[in-house]
Amino acid sequence: MKELLSMFAAFFRIGLFTFGGGYSMLPMLEREVVVRHSWATMDEVLDYFAISQCTPGIIAVNTATFVGYKRRGVVGGIFSALGVIMPSLLVILAIAALLTNFMHIELIQYAFGGIRIAVGALILGTVIKLSRSAVKQWWHALLCVAAFAASAVFKLNTIIIVATTIACAVACHFLLGMRGGKKA
Amino acid sequence: MTLLLTLCWEFLLTGLFAVGGGLATLPFLSQMGAQYMWFTQETLVNMVAVSESTPGPIGINMATYVGYTVAGVPGSVLATFSVVLLPLTITLVIARALARYRQSPLVNSTFSVLRPAVTGLIAAAAFGVIRLVLLPGDGNEIAWVNLAVLAGIFVLTQIKPTKKLHPTLFIALGAVLGMLLKLK
Repeated sequence: MKELLSMFAAFFRIGLFTFGGGYSMLPMLEREVVVRHSWATMDEVLDYFAISQCTPGIIAVNTATFVGYKRRGVVGGIFSALGVIMPSLLVILAIAALLTNFMHIELIQYAFGGIRIAVGALILGTVIKLSRSAVKQWWHALLCVAAFAASAVFKLNTIIIVATTIACAVACHFLLGMRGGKKA
Repeated sequence: MTLLLTLCWEFLLTGLFAVGGGLATLPFLSQMGAQYMWFTQETLVNMVAVSESTPGPIGINMATYVGYTVAGVPGSVLATFSVVLLPLTITLVIARALARYRQSPLVNSTFSVLRPAVTGLIAAAAFGVIRLVLLPGDGNEIAWVNLAVLAGIFVLTQIKPTKKLHPTLFIALGAVLGMLLKLK
């Protein structure tokens, strides 16, 4: 029970300090799940993230569920998911009920301007850490750049990019009997 | 009661069919507003703006907000739990399968190929955030103050004495700098 509660608390903190899309939770996820509690490795977190991007639902909740399940089975998955959901519920309820014009307050807008910059800096740091752990061979670097370009330059759908990579990886595994191949 | 049941059903469907993260729920919410006359498209745009800039994953924030708009506190709780129920179940099933096949060479080699690609995708997301921060408004002029703050916080996240600090501290620093320097 103690560990379940600490999972709930960790994911509550992660939810509370995630601003924006699921990827902005990565710096918090790395700190809480990988460094502080060692519930999963960075590679595993990345795997969960990859699956969560192409399965139904909100990425942050799905990733939390994966981590929770890995550690404590179904109950762990549910506690982690509840933890990441709860801050949203409380904060949005408070805003919707009390502060309808909250986003029009100038000081709040400035604060969020600064928060967006901090989130940008944190994600940049996470990307550097991720590339150190994920890129192990020269063609991994090519693949990483190709996926970046496909998403940032050619605006391809994330699901299509992930699904294509999986299909190619599986095909290469069987056809060549080697560890992986290149993405189209 | 019929209202709550309809709300529950609509958010169950949204959770099941929104693949690729929180913003993927947007078309479903837009349709809900139009079909049931629950809220206008302008209200929805405001809800998205608040959801993007408040703590918590966007998808959960939007579900909570829409639920509250439609049916008050019970509506917000119901919408939030409905939108995660099916994805949570599906994720638990996948997590179970993953735990069983973790050692399989196929699964291992697929993930080792997938990781660099997902890193590229996260880099693309980071690129998007940073571009928005450095080229605010119509995107013609570089905001030099934002660049300086971004560089400063990034350096703090990388150098020895401060890199072990919790990510929330950097987010708080961003908020304070934002208010002091009137960042946007």
